[in-house]
Amino acid sequence: MNIITCIKQVPASSKVEVDPETGVLIRDGNNVKMNPYDLYALETAYQVKSMSEECRIHSVTMGPPSAKSVLEEALYMGSDEATLISDRRFAGADVLATAYTLSQLIEHIHDYELIICGKQTTDGDTAQVGPEIAEFLSIPHVPYVKEIIDVKDKTILVRSAYDDYDELVEVAFPCLITVEKGLNVPRLPSYKRRIEKQDYKIKTVTMRNLKDKNPDNYGLNGSPTQVDEIFPPTKRTDSIKIEGSSDELSKSIVEILQESRFL
Amino acid sequence: MGYIKINQEKITKEIAQELIDVCPFNAFDYIDSNLSVNSGCKICKICVKKGPVGTCELVEEKKEKIDKTKYKGIVVYIEQRNNIAHRVSWELIGKAKELALKTKEPVYAVVVGNNVSKIAEEALRFGVDKIYVYEDDIYEDFNVEIYTNVLSEFYDKHQVNIILFGGTAQGRSFAPRVAARLKTGLTADCTMLDITDEGDLLQIRPAFGGNIMAKINTPNHRPQLATIRYKMFNEPELITPNGEIVHEDSTNIKKETSIKLLETYEKPQVSDISDAEIIIALGRAFKKKKDLDLIEPLRKRLNAELACTRPLIENGWFDARKQIGLSGRTVKPKLIINLGISGAVQFIEGMKESELIISVNNDEHNKLFDISHYSIHGDIFEVLPKLNDLLDQIL
Ligand SMILES: Cc1cc2nc3c(=O)[nH]c(=O)nc-3n(C[C@H](O)[C@H](O)[C@H](O)COP(=O)(O)OP(=O)(O)OC[C@H]3O[C@@H](n4cnc5c(N)ncnc54)[C@H](O)[C@@H]3O)c2cc1C
Ligand SMILES: Nc1ncnc2c1ncn2[C@@H]1O[C@H](COP(=O)(O)O)[C@@H](O)[C@H]1O
Repeated sequence: MNIITCIKQVPASSKVEVDPETGVLIRDGNNVKMNPYDLYALETAYQVKSMSEECRIHSVTMGPPSAKSVLEEALYMGSDEATLISDRRFAGADVLATAYTLSQLIEHIHDYELIICGKQTTDGDTAQVGPEIAEFLSIPHVPYVKEIIDVKDKTILVRSAYDDYDELVEVAFPCLITVEKGLNVPRLPSYKRRIEKQDYKIKTVTMRNLKDKNPDNYGLNGSPTQVDEIFPPTKRTDSIKIEGSSDELSKSIVEILQESRFL
Repeated sequence: MGYIKINQEKITKEIAQELIDVCPFNAFDYIDSNLSVNSGCKICKICVKKGPVGTCELVEEKKEKIDKTKYKGIVVYIEQRNNIAHRVSWELIGKAKELALKTKEPVYAVVVGNNVSKIAEEALRFGVDKIYVYEDDIYEDFNVEIYTNVLSEFYDKHQVNIILFGGTAQGRSFAPRVAARLKTGLTADCTMLDITDEGDLLQIRPAFGGNIMAKINTPNHRPQLATIRYKMFNEPELITPNGEIVHEDSTNIKKETSIKLLETYEKPQVSDISDAEIIIALGRAFKKKKDLDLIEPLRKRLNAELACTRPLIENGWFDARKQIGLSGRTVKPKLIINLGISGAVQFIEGMKESELIISVNNDEHNKLFDISHYSIHGDIFEVLPKLNDLLDQIL
């Protein structure tokens, strides 16, 4: 069995602000980490590997060359192979272009029964990339998986969490699942794995390696959505600020509640 | 459309560093005296606007423009389960009608299921011009493969301008499939929607995981798709129906699937904060579970529901359904008291419509003060005990 895990590097801190004068984005630091949901995707893959014979795990990411470090992390956690897909022409990709590019990469890798994605990223935060990859590959997907029940020869049994109910479904390979946070405890990268993998060369794929080489389908050109404008959230102009000692503050609270007839 | 072009002859080591510093997405690489743009670039144009003059420019590429007049109609996908429509669908009809006033387009609904005639009638009472009904035994339970076939057939036939989906768990799994099938854009979790005279949907949502909103549009693709969370908009007033129910033929729709639903388990009901009138919301200022005792007197007195921010869910202190925010519930109570919450966009977008907002925080620069009616600058561990004493006195 061959498993592909899609992982992404995201900013370690979500503190972003807009400079009110220039409208420019100010980002706090250059620290990056693996998207937390993707750690669970990886751990799920390692779990499935332990449940089935002869299983190989291939971790992939689309991003700048520096995104290689998430792939290293994945290798040191337990992935067998890793591929970075990176190309200047992928710049400005929205969900559709990202999912399309990843689906082209997955077709290029070719051998897979199961694709595992995180439920969502903490920067894009759409939870759409997984289902869109599945659609581009014409395979089924099961979202929000919170438990792997069983892995059979040709199918996998999973339990998914919807808003007010759970579903138990059996889905045939090849398929894609997206996993919830907390369905397992992701392992840490290990020193032993690091030694084992020290000679491994992460593969790099560019647009030229893909079947579809038309630049119109990638990056900004292949993205139907565009960001028009970014701006800070609105403020209330009639906001009343109350300062003082805790005595005064608690009195004010009571007064406000009494005036508005909640007390 | 386009890309960032670097004028290499102007690039020195210092200028390269300036550009690297100005870029919020680490999209510049400086290797062997050559500066290049990598795939991290979001074409935000900061380098053009803020970088050293003349070093970067946006090269626009001309693209064939679609004829937007060919696409008419704002459609709401009615999500149903056990033949009961999810109420977010009605809220979306309200919004769709508002948008349609501007562009003078019809408002449609589409529903897929088995025995959904009641839903169709309900949709008419909420004021749609037409509801398209796809009925078949096989549509009984939601199946993402089959339902995608239905929706793409619907679009092929009707060439509508916009399709709105509820941002429920189901909607968030379904809409991206439809988007990829139709090769179009999809904006997740919009908190505001507007429309231009041309019919371009303006989709506003928090972005980059931080305290920022982005306005997103789909300038050259149809249909335009968006998901919107429950309780973002109001349900429209009921009217005397004057719309039409259209039964669509399903014979040519592919009904194969390799997903087999074996069982569903209903989650035990918890009181839903979405409908609460008075809420006390707690944030990370509460360090220990024991600290929660401090709010009991106030909660009892106001007969309030407790809710919280995401970190408290992650602590395991509350059921996930008590989380306010974009990845939790949207609330619109008559009163919300926020205690020790910083006001991340994701939280604020889930409660900013509350009628009266009171927030207590010891950091006067917290973001929640920006949207509160009353901003109480103080320490909860000092204010709450005092408040509890006062409550004791005023019977
Ligand atoms: C994709 C994504 C989706 C998210 N969705 C949600 C969501 O739906 N809901 C949600 O809540 N969060 C969500 N978050 C998380 C969100 O970004 C914030 O991290 C979270 O809301 C912060 O919670 P908080 O305000 O309780 O904690 P903090 O940000 O740590 O704020 C604590 C506040 O308490 C104040 N404080 C501390 N001690 C005291 C004291 N003694 N007295 C008074 N005040 C005190 C501090 O000044 C501070 O302002 C999401 C994040 C991401 C990336
Ligand atoms: N650039 C990327 N490279 C690899 N996988 C990705 C990328 N973007 C998104 N994904 C996958 O899609 C999931 C959902 O992402 P999103 O739609 O951005 O919330 C993530 O958890 C990843 O598994």
